[in-house]
Amino acid sequence: MIEIEAITKTYDLTTVVDQVTITIEPGSVCAVVGTSGSGKTTLLRMINRLVEPTSGAIRIDGEDTSTIHAYELRRRIGYAIQGHGLFPHRSVGQNIATVPKLLGWDKEKTKARVTELLELFQLDPAQFRDRLPRELSGGQQQRVGVARALAAKPNILLMDEPFGALDPVIRAKAQEDLLSIQRQFKTTIVLVTHDMEEAIHLGDRIAVMDEGKLLQYASPQQIISKPATPFVAELIGTGDRPFKLLSLARVGKYVEPGSAEGDPIDVGATLRDAYAELLWSGRAALPVSEKGQLIGKITLDQLSSHARPQ
Amino acid sequence: MSNSQAAAISRFSWPRFDKLGVLIAAIALGGVVLPFMLFRANRIVLGEPRAIFSALPVPEAGVLALLLAAGMLIALLRFKPALKLAASLTILVALFVLVGRSAYFLTPPDDNFARVSPGAGFWLLVFAFALLAADALTRLRLKPWPRIGILALVALAIGVLLASGSLNGVSTLKEYATRADRFWSEAQTHVLLAFGSVLIATIVGVPVGIISFRLPKLRAALLNVLNIVQTIPSIALFGLLIAPLAWIAATVPGAAAIGISGIGVAPALVALFAYSLLPVVSNTIVGLQSVPETANDAAKGMGMTGAQRMGWVELPLAFPVILTGIRIVLVQNIGLTTIAALIGGGGFGVFIFQGISQTAMDLVLLGAVPTVVLAFAAAVVLDAFVEMTSTGGQP
Repeated sequence: MIEIEAITKTYDLTTVVDQVTITIEPGSVCAVVGTSGSGKTTLLRMINRLVEPTSGAIRIDGEDTSTIHAYELRRRIGYAIQGHGLFPHRSVGQNIATVPKLLGWDKEKTKARVTELLELFQLDPAQFRDRLPRELSGGQQQRVGVARALAAKPNILLMDEPFGALDPVIRAKAQEDLLSIQRQFKTTIVLVTHDMEEAIHLGDRIAVMDEGKLLQYASPQQIISKPATPFVAELIGTGDRPFKLLSLARVGKYVEPGSAEGDPIDVGATLRDAYAELLWSGRAALPVSEKGQLIGKITLDQLSSHARPQ
Repeated sequence: MSNSQAAAISRFSWPRFDKLGVLIAAIALGGVVLPFMLFRANRIVLGEPRAIFSALPVPEAGVLALLLAAGMLIALLRFKPALKLAASLTILVALFVLVGRSAYFLTPPDDNFARVSPGAGFWLLVFAFALLAADALTRLRLKPWPRIGILALVALAIGVLLASGSLNGVSTLKEYATRADRFWSEAQTHVLLAFGSVLIATIVGVPVGIISFRLPKLRAALLNVLNIVQTIPSIALFGLLIAPLAWIAATVPGAAAIGISGIGVAPALVALFAYSLLPVVSNTIVGLQSVPETANDAAKGMGMTGAQRMGWVELPLAFPVILTGIRIVLVQNIGLTTIAALIGGGGFGVFIFQGISQTAMDLVLLGAVPTVVLAFAAAVVLDAFVEMTSTGGQP
């Protein structure tokens, strides 16, 4: 659990982060959204004390971070940034082994962990361990960057625009990979992004910041249906609010008994996918399948009622 | 006319010229026209020019003429770099062997005063084909180790040529023969001064660079001072150091005993060190500044301490740039050390200044040629090291 209490950062006369209070539950993903200059990155960097707060306190599992040596604190927290920040002169394996080496792990344990992580991120260890970062594609570099952040099995992972440099297709894949790893290891993730779409997709809770102040801290559903200020509403955009809301739920939860015509949709698809398919094929209902078995249907009426605030 | 016919015709068009090759061939042509050798009745009179066919017996002169013609043709047209390299090396070897032959051929029997030296034509030919070899080597894009290997082979060839005695008739080697012991002791001093000053500058300059990288205020002041030192003319700096060092030798107990004095090796070493400091310090700073911001941020964010960041990330990434600075000062100092002879510091400069005062150009060459060869070899080796350590670079 991360408790951020009335944290403030002031440079000379400018207040960059102003009295922000957030509690992040263990094992959840908190997405911090804002425009550039909103103070979101400074907020993130105060958690691992890359920036020292002017006032306020941050507690991790009840322990005040200002009582721990900054470098020891940072070794316990994973850190991944935009443009990956890999060491260009070190191989992929050496990059991933950075924090274990700092913590004094023995060679066998470190090597086993590197192998495990490379496999987790679908990079063949035999092929990738000894390559240099520049010999990798952008997507591979980004995966190595996240693998390096997770090397010492931190409970907390801080990510600053981790997918910012990726093209849309690779970005979507990287987001899915991150979510599945997060569910598997129950890592608490604080992720900074300027992209509301990404925040809605990844965040269990979203913190919206502007000019150093926290405007709203709530679940994606609440942010979309009850934006606290006009600025939050603007960030979401009124044009596709219903679709954003639909994208938050999976088909499985709203299956009705019965059958329908045409190609089925998978139970794991989002309501948004189902809605798009209904519109595109001009049907009023879709059959729903689970592992190839038809288990029911989902209807246009059902979807419409979920595309507005409950 | 169909397209295929047009293509067939264009295939039989004029052979294509190599642009640099045209220049090389022109230089070589100049070398053929100018005198190949100079003959002098004794070491200080003006030389009489000898063209290739009067400097060598007819068979050898004929072989050389054919080789040169073939070489110019190969330089002129677009051939593979490997062929150009082989041709240029063959011709260079032939030139040096034949210069030795010519010296024996031109020197009258039992005449110890006559001097035979290579003429302007010979030097132009060497320059032209060395240029061809250098161009071919660049185009071959050899890896660092093969480059060092080729350098070693060339050094071996020069050694064999000198040891065989086939060049002993050439005037510069006659100068060498009368002062061989002195040559090697001055060579030792030269290497000691050039390499020693760079070593000290590295030991002092890299830490100073690291400190001033961390303290921007110090950086500006320090770089200004070093810039001013760099602008002092070298002869003046050597001279300026005589007074303070003589004073130290006279007043500080034990200073004279460890070799400090107003003239000699000490001021030479100090002056060379002063000239080396700016490139080493500024390259250290530039190298550290070029470390990618994201790599540094990640290193900090993962919990590296300042010292760990310097040792694991910043210095390794800055190393090729620092090494480039060391390469610059080493090559610079090998040349600059010749001036040390003016204040009694020794080195190859001794022969150069003696030669100038006696108007004996052979003696000047005895000092100048080894200096150039040493500087060239140092440049090749350090360039190779810089490339080997640059495996990181920007992602």
